Amino acid sequence: MDEIEDLEIRLLLEALYQRYHYDFRHYARASVKRRLRQARQQLGYPSFSAMQDALFRDPIMLSRLLDFLTVQVSEMFRDPSYFRAIREKVTPHLRTYPSLKVWIAGCSTGEELYSFVILFREEGLEERTIFYATDINPTALDAAARGIYPIQRLKAFTENHQRSGGKSSLSDYYSTAYGGAVFDKSLRDRVVFSDHSLVTDAVFAEMQLISCRNVLIYFDRPLQDRAVGLFRDSLARKGFLGLGSKESLRFSTHGQAFADFDRDEKIYQKQEP
Amino acid sequence: MSAAPVEAVVIGASAGAVQALSIILPALPSDYRLPVLIVVHVPPDRRNALAELFQTKCQVRVREAEDKEPIEPGVVYFAPPDYHLLVEDDRSLALSTEEPVLHSRPSIDVLFESAAEAFGPALVGVMLSGANHDGARGLRAVAAAGGVAVVEEPTTAFASAMPEAALAACEAARVMSLDAIASFLLQLADE
Repeated sequence: MDEIEDLEIRLLLEALYQRYHYDFRHYARASVKRRLRQARQQLGYPSFSAMQDALFRDPIMLSRLLDFLTVQVSEMFRDPSYFRAIREKVTPHLRTYPSLKVWIAGCSTGEELYSFVILFREEGLEERTIFYATDINPTALDAAARGIYPIQRLKAFTENHQRSGGKSSLSDYYSTAYGGAVFDKSLRDRVVFSDHSLVTDAVFAEMQLISCRNVLIYFDRPLQDRAVGLFRDSLARKGFLGLGSKESLRFSTHGQAFADFDRDEKIYQKQEP
Repeated sequence: MSAAPVEAVVIGASAGAVQALSIILPALPSDYRLPVLIVVHVPPDRRNALAELFQTKCQVRVREAEDKEPIEPGVVYFAPPDYHLLVEDDRSLALSTEEPVLHSRPSIDVLFESAAEAFGPALVGVMLSGANHDGARGLRAVAAAGGVAVVEEPTTAFASAMPEAALAACEAARVMSLDAIASFLLQLADE
């Protein structure tokens, strides 16, 4: 029975790719399976084959399914020590450039993006920077571009911001309305939101800093290698790459293209071949 | 006793975890054959305190689980704080930041359900002390896949809610004291 389910899941992922060009075929399977089962249950389909049938005929199913497969709720300044390291160790290097490009890859609903923009504003670097915020899920990108978060999440965001060495008060950047914290639109002046896939798309600009946190853990090894290769090719000389606290380049075939910059915080620097 | 030789052990614990694991893990010899995967509910702080603590108390190797790492025999793996720990079908480890399950990340259900799929009848699931219901579904999945389900005796557990919920969800589970669980795990590795 499980073999049939495995086969159905493989076919469903193939259908998603063939029909809509969303490629989850090389995502880490245990987690994809869990999320697809949740989707099947909550959307009320008797089988994955029935879900596949609906996917072919009803484009609404695509966005429903993408929400299960992609959206990761994050926090602003998640892992404050990472942002502290960016602030204290990386920004002194970035300061030496007249203009900067920063890529938040897999930005989801924008929490990490706003963290970076606020940090760069505090450090006086925002005006010389263009931020690229990319994700494959258009619903998540829309949410990121709106920048509205439930007010009950702000306590954690504020604590994280302070622990990251924040030089201002987080409340300077949002106003509250209808139970939401609406982040100031000026924070988006220097941001380009874009649909981009680490699985199927290519290099689009030369970056000084790429932050891609808790995205690679969802990929299998070959796909991780593709993404890390894309980061290497997208980074300027001596550019920085920040990963999630449990991700590393240790097993990557492109590992030798990077040097440890802050080992504990998983910040790497591109090195010359 | 299950027909298949056991190939892995999964353990879930919450309140009272350190005391309970301090009876079980130090009893495992340095040449212990089975991998042991453990989820303990801990605050989402990044420090890898549990692995460090038990490393000093144990003869077996104790590590914090890493993403994509192949499971090695005779190693005790702890799920890192704020990440779910899963087992892939090729029996490597995977981490994820999916939403908490029953307010917990790492979640015992997530580990047990994925391990039950990967190991089928060759798995032993052990539920220890705790004050919530995480792990009940997972233990049922272990038993449903043909594995062995074990629950700490609720009347003597530090917190009885979790073992009781596991027993209610999984009637096939055997109830044992902590000492009995320790000897059971030793005996399993000899089979």
